[in-house]
Amino acid sequence: MTRMTMREAISKALWEEMERDERVFIQGEEVGLWGGTYAVTKGFYDHFGEKRVRDTPIAESAIVGSAIGAAMTGLRPVAELMTINFAFVAMDHIINEAAKLHYMFGGQFKLPLVIRAVSGGGRQLGATHSQTPDAIFAHFPGLKVVSPGTPADAKGLLKSAIRSDDPVLFIENATLYQTKGEVPDDEDYLEPLGKSKVQREGDDVTIVAYSKMVPAALKAADMLAGDGINAEVIDLRSLRPLDMDPIIASFKRTNRAVIAEEGWRSYGVGSEVSSRIYEMAFDYVDAPVKRVAQAEVPLPYNAELEQLALPQTEDIYHAAKEVLNG
Amino acid sequence: MDKKESIDLYREMVIIRRLEERAAELYQQGKIGGFLHLYIGQEAVSAGISSVRQPQDRLITAYRDHGWAISAGIDPNAVMAELLGKVDGCSKGKGGSMHMADTELNFWGGHAIVGAHIPLAAGLALGDVYQGNDDAVTICMFGDGSTNIGFFHEGLNLSKVWNLPVLWVCENNQYGMGTAVDRASAVSEIRQKAEGYGMPNERIEGMDVMEVRKEVSRVLEKIRKEGGPYLLEIMTYRYRGHSMGDPERYRDKDEVKKWEEEDPIGIYRKELIAGKIATAKELDAVDEEAMKIVDDAEAFAKASPNPDKSTLFEDIYVEPTPVEYRGYALERESEGR
Ligand SMILES: Cc1ncc(C[n+]2csc(CCOP(=O)(O)OP(=O)(O)O)c2C)c(N)n1
Repeated sequence: MTRMTMREAISKALWEEMERDERVFIQGEEVGLWGGTYAVTKGFYDHFGEKRVRDTPIAESAIVGSAIGAAMTGLRPVAELMTINFAFVAMDHIINEAAKLHYMFGGQFKLPLVIRAVSGGGRQLGATHSQTPDAIFAHFPGLKVVSPGTPADAKGLLKSAIRSDDPVLFIENATLYQTKGEVPDDEDYLEPLGKSKVQREGDDVTIVAYSKMVPAALKAADMLAGDGINAEVIDLRSLRPLDMDPIIASFKRTNRAVIAEEGWRSYGVGSEVSSRIYEMAFDYVDAPVKRVAQAEVPLPYNAELEQLALPQTEDIYHAAKEVLNG
Repeated sequence: MDKKESIDLYREMVIIRRLEERAAELYQQGKIGGFLHLYIGQEAVSAGISSVRQPQDRLITAYRDHGWAISAGIDPNAVMAELLGKVDGCSKGKGGSMHMADTELNFWGGHAIVGAHIPLAAGLALGDVYQGNDDAVTICMFGDGSTNIGFFHEGLNLSKVWNLPVLWVCENNQYGMGTAVDRASAVSEIRQKAEGYGMPNERIEGMDVMEVRKEVSRVLEKIRKEGGPYLLEIMTYRYRGHSMGDPERYRDKDEVKKWEEEDPIGIYRKELIAGKIATAKELDAVDEEAMKIVDDAEAFAKASPNPDKSTLFEDIYVEPTPVEYRGYALERESEGR
């Protein structure tokens, strides 16, 4: 184990997979000479060369589209979108091609492709650059959507994504890059895709979260512990496939749940998870499931307003208290 | 141009420069957040074009928009207040550095998604043609890097097919972030891309404001007379990084130095003095005046309040519309929990 940041864990996963497999290469805007706008691929260009670390024009549909084509030939591209907001430019390729070709051609095409993208707000980047639109990508069967909440998971999940024969959208959160954690050194350390994980055990209330909301939920759980409440925190890690098993098992014990996501509440991750709780464990419900999410506005630039709109640790804490009192 | 106009143009360029230098300081102090893309080095383009843009000509640009905002006529106070996210900013503190606009001034904004505003420009021109505003030209600004995205090609093609009066202007500052033109574009002269759409095009120099003014004025009149789109590539250079915190590994200091010698403000200043339009002393006084305007803008912006909490839910739609979810904290508050 080594203690490292989320950025280092992601970088390490990429580096190790590129060392292991010649077919793995990176392409995207500023991934090479610049070293990645979030410095994830710093040093890659010098080490692996321009054949395998490919700076592209600003052309997201070409970045994703050509990665799909290359994947069809057996290569294992990791296409980087500088932020997930620019995925909208490549939406046709993500949705109409990446998510469908394998099925539509009767399983003939394999797309061992990873699309990395940075999601999330809170950095005063304004409405078009601050979105957490993760849920919409999870709407489409055929695409795997993964989003880690801890450095260890970031490494293990990204390595699995690269080794997977399916297209995977790997969503990172810029405000998590500096968070630190213990990460296994093993070069074959893999976390399974499509498995939720209990990050903290407890019997009083179930808190479901992913990505940036995981550290927030763990902090909220600490606050709750101060009040004598034991919260169980479950990290989805994967939005599609969505693994409900640990959530249902937990809910059957706690009978109460809060779901936290950074994106908007309407039609969101919390909507999906709570709906499945009602479907799968209706008899165990002791209080309405609560969803903590972003206020329904395009995020404003002003820092105070922006923070007001974003879900906070305290919101998770209060929501948990409410489902317990309700 | 008479003496007053000549000096106004100089003042405008100096205000842009000083305001952005101040913005860089305020950014370092944490007073400005998000991305801050400075226009320093490119002032002759916004000043030159704006000096010949007519009130009926619409203007639209990308996120490197402070210079454009000031050249379009937005009060430096409102520009600075927007940078600080204050309620008196030109976008009420909701837009920030990348999203300045003033529709009264026919300035349709800074837009942060690369190239996304290019098809909008075709639509602005369509609006004028459709409504019989025969005299109007839409001026659409974009960087060299933006000419590699689909939006650009779709927008240009449409403007030609529909014969829309758009002046497409590529501000070629030679890099899209850290990527030099040659590493991202199949043709090294951006203007060549217009050839593929049968569109007249030219490349001009962009460090001398009088030259920009002269050439753009000629092209605008040509569009007004003959209709249809035209593409201008204007060669310029940004002295600062792409945005704040750019390590600038992609270019060497000597290259930057070489271009700094062609400083658009320095060139124009020399011209004014050589042409006996103004004395060095007069221009020094203008420099001071500009500094004072920037000092005032900073004070104004700092004194302006943050937008009220309630404004979070204003302007989502034009029509008053219920907000389903106000966010957990605000819901708790409004329900008195
Ligand atoms: C669709 C999209 N992709 C990527 C970005 C990130 N980005 C912002 S500016 C920029 C470079 C643009 O370069 P250029 O068009 O030459 O304009 P300049 O910055 O030189 O003014 C990039 C890649 C973005 N904003 N939108």
